[in-house]
Amino acid sequence: MKKHTKQDRPSSVLVAKDGRTVEEIRKDFPMTQALEHGHPLIYFNSGATSLKPVQVLDKMDRYYKEYGVNVARGVDKIGYDATKAYEDVRAQTARFIGAARPEEIIFTRNTTEALNLIAYAYGGSHIAEGDEIIVSVNEHHANYVPWQELAKRQGAKLVLVKPDKTGQVTPELLEEKMTTRTRLVALFHVSNVMGASNDLEALAEVSHRQGAVLVVDGAQGIVHHPVDVMKSDVDFYCFSGHKLLGPTGIGVLYGKADLLRAMPPWQFGGEMIDVVGDYETTFADIPARFEAGTMPIAEVLGLGEALAYVDRIGYDFIQAQIALLGQRMVEGLEALPNMEIYNASNYRNGVLAYNAKGIHPHDVAGVYDREGISIRAGHHCNQPTMRFLDVQSTLRASVNFYNTLDEVEHFIEVSKKAGDFLDVLF
Amino acid sequence: MSSSDNSNLYRAIIMDHYQNSRNKGLVENPRGYMTVRLKNPSCGDDLTVQLKVEGTMVKEVHQLGAGCSICCASASMMAESLEGQTLEEALRRIDNFNKMVQGEAYDEDLVGEAVSLEGVSHLPQRVKCATLAWQASKRGLEKIEDERARGLADHEANEGSIEDDVSPED
Repeated sequence: MKKHTKQDRPSSVLVAKDGRTVEEIRKDFPMTQALEHGHPLIYFNSGATSLKPVQVLDKMDRYYKEYGVNVARGVDKIGYDATKAYEDVRAQTARFIGAARPEEIIFTRNTTEALNLIAYAYGGSHIAEGDEIIVSVNEHHANYVPWQELAKRQGAKLVLVKPDKTGQVTPELLEEKMTTRTRLVALFHVSNVMGASNDLEALAEVSHRQGAVLVVDGAQGIVHHPVDVMKSDVDFYCFSGHKLLGPTGIGVLYGKADLLRAMPPWQFGGEMIDVVGDYETTFADIPARFEAGTMPIAEVLGLGEALAYVDRIGYDFIQAQIALLGQRMVEGLEALPNMEIYNASNYRNGVLAYNAKGIHPHDVAGVYDREGISIRAGHHCNQPTMRFLDVQSTLRASVNFYNTLDEVEHFIEVSKKAGDFLDVLF
Repeated sequence: MSSSDNSNLYRAIIMDHYQNSRNKGLVENPRGYMTVRLKNPSCGDDLTVQLKVEGTMVKEVHQLGAGCSICCASASMMAESLEGQTLEEALRRIDNFNKMVQGEAYDEDLVGEAVSLEGVSHLPQRVKCATLAWQASKRGLEKIEDERARGLADHEANEGSIEDDVSPED
């Protein structure tokens, strides 16, 4: 790998809250040692999923090896231990995002499932014919299609809000779309293509003024920003474990307790019941009401370890390291005549949407791949944003705190070779 | 020829088909044509072919798509390779091309300029880019054959459309 010169190097190396440097932290992430086409893997696709620290893997491994039994199903000591570990993560998650009570945390499969849960259980019981649902045109499909479908089912109207040119949905833009019929607003915290951040507190205030609830897709947001659901006063906040150093298969739905209690269950089965009669069943209180069947227990424990990891290194460090990398990426690509960057001002969230002029993004992705650089090319599960940018697809490079400036320099070098895309065939 | 000679020649062939795509564009009135649109939702490649078979001959092959260089160049090569062939020969060429990019034994005499895409066989994640146009024609030609087998006259058998997504398993 080409080293950048000494004068490029920042004068001080960033240090995490636990006192460690990036080089030390990288040792926690086995995949930073992986090879791709004989090159050290440069993983610039953290927007799709993050790498996992060994602490998360060990936690899950220990559960299966030492107390791998079901939760909430017995009076034995080992069952108690598993249940306690599981419920401790619920309380930990509540603290992590500033929720008032553990029961406001519902475990789901991922952000997508959490958003669908809201659309079915809340939407199905609270959205009526003629009501309006507002979503932005920069939403991931997971925070777009469920609302399209809900509007169809209920005979409600889907209202689209267009962000400003940086991709942000400002309170003013939302305000313009609000009416007395607006019942629900669904917006991203950080957008997965543009990397724009929304001001949740201001958007919640605008939503509440008309009596609407604000649903937030936090899949990207919680990776970059500390979340305080009580301070921002959002009604629902959803995120996935796997983008936040945790395992796949575990997501979180936060909802205000009174809202969750007013929602009927959407899946039925074990552990979500109160009394099952011959013909009628009453249901458990939250959170159990929304956790039917055996849950992904190891994944919940892995999520808890991931949150603890974030707490140890601290959001200040995460933000500073990502901003450092993002700024250098923008600088480096802006210096190349053939690159078109769509979101240069949002470098702080570590996601860069761009294209090499006149070259299809899949061709360019092939050039990166050959050099061991993993980025994403395509529509990023966000076709509305492709229309917003008036492109068919883009390249997306997304970095996290475990990436290094050396990796960014190599990425910029390889970007210069975008035109050699046919080399991959020979 | 040494392999580096080959690679320069092959690059030139692919770029020529990519930049000067053959039989590009769809007919204005699709009546009397078999129209097949295939998309790969995972990458966004989106390709349409229009076919007309008369008697035993594939008389016309039109193609239009949006995709990467491999997808678009391959569509151009496909159109050039299949137009003017017998239906039987066209299907044989499609099968042969698919074998080549999947790394199986193939007949070099049948593959023509598409031999330039042989390197796709080392890029499993790009095989579907290369085969999209050929798959579309295969689906269309087979449908025409089926319609004829049901007793439809040529002009009726030609008329129809297929629209489908290719799945990760295809």
